[in-house]
Amino acid sequence: MLSIDFKQIGIVAGKEFWDRIRNRWVLAVALVFTVFALVIAYFGAAQQGAVGFRSIDVTIASLVSLVIYLIPLIALILGFDAIVGERERGSLDLLLTLPITRKELILGKYAGLAGALAFSTIAGFGAVGLILSPQLDLNALFHYAGFMGSAILLGFAFLSLAVMLSVFAADRTRASGLAIGMWFFFVLVFDLLLLGALVVTAGDYGGDIFPYLLLLNPADVFRVLNVFSLDEVRTLYGLATVFPEALSNPATLGGVMLAWIVGPLAVAIWRFER
Amino acid sequence: MASNIVEARGATKDFGTVQAVKGVDLTIAAGELFGLIGHNGAGKSTLFKMMLGLITITSGDILLDGEKVNGPRFRETRRKIGYLPENVVLYDNLTGIETLYFFADLKAVPRKDCPALLEKVGLSHAASRRVREYSKGMRQRLGFAQALLGTPRLLFLDEPTTGLDPGAIRDFYRILRELKGEGVTMVLTSHILAEIQERVDRLAIMEDGGIRATGTVQALREGMNLPLTLEIAGGAGLCEQVRRVLEGLAIESIEEAGNTLHIRLPRDAKMPALTRLATLGEAMRDLHVREPSLEDVFFGYRN
Repeated sequence: MLSIDFKQIGIVAGKEFWDRIRNRWVLAVALVFTVFALVIAYFGAAQQGAVGFRSIDVTIASLVSLVIYLIPLIALILGFDAIVGERERGSLDLLLTLPITRKELILGKYAGLAGALAFSTIAGFGAVGLILSPQLDLNALFHYAGFMGSAILLGFAFLSLAVMLSVFAADRTRASGLAIGMWFFFVLVFDLLLLGALVVTAGDYGGDIFPYLLLLNPADVFRVLNVFSLDEVRTLYGLATVFPEALSNPATLGGVMLAWIVGPLAVAIWRFER
Repeated sequence: MASNIVEARGATKDFGTVQAVKGVDLTIAAGELFGLIGHNGAGKSTLFKMMLGLITITSGDILLDGEKVNGPRFRETRRKIGYLPENVVLYDNLTGIETLYFFADLKAVPRKDCPALLEKVGLSHAASRRVREYSKGMRQRLGFAQALLGTPRLLFLDEPTTGLDPGAIRDFYRILRELKGEGVTMVLTSHILAEIQERVDRLAIMEDGGIRATGTVQALREGMNLPLTLEIAGGAGLCEQVRRVLEGLAIESIEEAGNTLHIRLPRDAKMPALTRLATLGEAMRDLHVREPSLEDVFFGYRN
């Protein structure tokens, strides 16, 4: 078993991170987050005839809906060619002749990309938090920070999935197809399947395991994590009655999210080392 | 320090039911410039990747400087290696010098060594230009500079002159000569046999996953016993005179092209033929002995 050299991981991570800074990827994503978050914060209630910031709970509820679509997509786009792209360019062989293990290479790639994603999330939503801060009390700021933290974790989980498929895919085209398929499945199809099953069985079968099945989707974990952090949001989603209290503990949900980050990455390392 | 810096013993690689490399035994001595030639699919790229530790070996062993490339001392072993892949594609976003910094950091080579390497490959003027602006030849030279980081003891060069213009090819081999003088061992593959035949110390011909022959170019020529060609320039009537003096020798063919005769004859008939031709005196204006080219040798072994 070869030891891990964190310096090697740091070198690869640094290159990946600065690549994304230099090609303005971080800036572009941060701007997208800022603009969407601002629009939601100020015009989210326009359908009800009101314009302007209302409450942090309503704003977070709207942002959760946005982030569930956007962050998985961005994370998958960011990571789908992490390894397969290097392989297709021919630079992977070169890297693997250097004094770096496959595990260090993949961890370095992941860390750099995760850093870029976290940086753009913090910059994008953080800017909106700063703009809103005069209207927020400490408790609201805490919840907003919690939302940002969970959004980062959601990004990390989908980035981990993206890196995993970039190891398995034979070429970039297939990797991009798999990434799109993964996004469709977790963001659009998964909940529909669960709801469909509930409706078909009229809730007679599997109703008890329904909340646990939600944990099989990191996007749902993110949703539940935010739903249960705020009273008004919980009411808005109406999920409080069906979700067992033991599972709604932020630490439990955070642990599940962590498993979604570590699991696919571990599979990616295992496959890449074979 | 091992005297054989590369040592393959029964190295085999299977891809499913296909055996890409079949029990290769090969030694390359320290300081050698060694060529690996073979047609596409002969197994040389697979063997190259096995030597570099890029693919696992199904059976057998390959040692670099006495160590397995993916063994417990793999970091030290890999720091001794430089590798230039065929059609090297580096990072478009980085400048030339940043590219070297990145690889230098991974190899734990001081960054201050990088500008001199760019100078060595003739890229100083483009150090701060992004790699995306580099021509194919410039990328190849940058890849070569990368391979030279950390003064490696063993260089693996896969089709190293692809994309280089004649001047750059000359410079490239000049650097190889300098490195050889410093005791660096080099293993290179090339499809351009004419280019390497005068430059490698020894070479191996690969065919169908195995090594058909190993040796110096001259030894391989002699081993094949391919015919030589004598080229004689002279005036009118020379052809008849030559045929007359060479009568009785095992001459394969005599062809006339303008004022030049091309005489193909077995290697062991060379000296008797030259002795007899000397009697023609000034009837001959010029005479060259043409050894079979590496290409002839290569096709000779294949057939």
